[in-house]
Amino acid sequence: MNRHHAVDTAAADLPAIVVRAVARRYDSRWVLRGVDLTVARGSVLALTGRNGSGKTTLLRILATLLRPNRGSVHIFGADAAANPDTIRDRLGYLAHAAGLYEDLTADENLLFAQRMGGQAAAVEQREAVLERVGLADERRERVRGFSAGMRRRLALGRILLRPPTLLLLDEPYASFDAAGISLVNEVARETADRGGAVVVATHDMERASVVMDARAEIVNGLIVTMPVHFAGVA
Amino acid sequence: MTGEAGRIFAIAWKDLTAERRAKSNFASVAFFAGLILLMFGMAVDADNDTLAVVAPGLLWMAVLFSGVLCFNRSYERELEAGALDALLLYPGDRRSIFVGKLIANFAFVALVEVVVVPVAAVLYRLPVAHIALPLAGVFLLGTIGFVALGTFYAAMSSRLRAREVLLPLLLFPMLIPLMLAAVNATGALLSDSLMGDAGQWSKVLAVFDVIFLAAAYVVFEYVIEE
Repeated sequence: MNRHHAVDTAAADLPAIVVRAVARRYDSRWVLRGVDLTVARGSVLALTGRNGSGKTTLLRILATLLRPNRGSVHIFGADAAANPDTIRDRLGYLAHAAGLYEDLTADENLLFAQRMGGQAAAVEQREAVLERVGLADERRERVRGFSAGMRRRLALGRILLRPPTLLLLDEPYASFDAAGISLVNEVARETADRGGAVVVATHDMERASVVMDARAEIVNGLIVTMPVHFAGVA
Repeated sequence: MTGEAGRIFAIAWKDLTAERRAKSNFASVAFFAGLILLMFGMAVDADNDTLAVVAPGLLWMAVLFSGVLCFNRSYERELEAGALDALLLYPGDRRSIFVGKLIANFAFVALVEVVVVPVAAVLYRLPVAHIALPLAGVFLLGTIGFVALGTFYAAMSSRLRAREVLLPLLLFPMLIPLMLAAVNATGALLSDSLMGDAGQWSKVLAVFDVIFLAAAYVVFEYVIEE
């Protein structure tokens, strides 16, 4: 904790995310060819691009799940390659797949997340989170019976157990109903307002425009920064 | 319980709870192990003396094959719905994932052995009652090394496409010395060489256990990365 605090103090004036010349390939295909990206603290960035343009790859690199073949990533001043745990400690990542355990109940999935996150197994906290994501009545039901939207709500709940300062959302509006979409945007805004940073990879600019402060597009493996007022075009 | 001990407990608890809920997994693996004993027993078609000689090998082969199913299943659960990524994003030492899975896999394989040994005793008419305790000791030592390597190689092959095939291809050659020691220790016990060969082979097993546990623990965090 002290280590993270030291990083925070030293990097208080730095942008939240600094990506420099990041390149990543799968076999012989270069998906990212030298991405440069800066995300300010307290902001929500909408990341767009065609299917296969590398949005998810970039998010996975930011999340420390993938290493770039070239380039560097700094999050709140910490080098992602050298200090991945510093980043994981403050990260919330809503991926395509919910990453839940089918044979555990909703409550047990959150209990597991609490234990893995090094938190106390506080029932009240889990109840509050389940209430917020609209799954209070299903807390004792196994995830196997959940719809795609319910799974994503629970995955979002898992993030809320340890409110992150870096929130990465990959196609967050898929599978959610209107209330779920509002909840996603609410969580994104809260994270930014705490001084964190949010990156939303999405095709759905109409929904992202409600919450975003900046927009960038990946084209041919490179970042093209877009003016925000282009957002909102359906 | 928090910290690394809490994470280890969480992983083991999660795997065992999921396994307990999906009862069919254990039942099918135990049935499979029993079937191996039956089929090999029929294939050998030997008299009682010959069966007593080959029984330790058949017994460990049944444990080996059923254990591989358990190891594969252990990581399949993580791959379902992207749970492995979520697991890797928790801060802390990733070796706690290895230790947690090791505990859960050990419990599962030990339970299979609790079923398999009596079945083998009945099928092959093995006199196990009077050597129950030392036999349990040999199985304990053999299972620790087996599960340590199995858990490690299952992690290594978990992201590969043909993991079900690759796991035994990677694992079995590495297990040869351990299995030799386990089969010989079991054979020595069954032939009433309680204080002789069984003790020596058990020491060999203990050495393999230490080597496999240490090596897998040290290297695990590199193999679990994508």
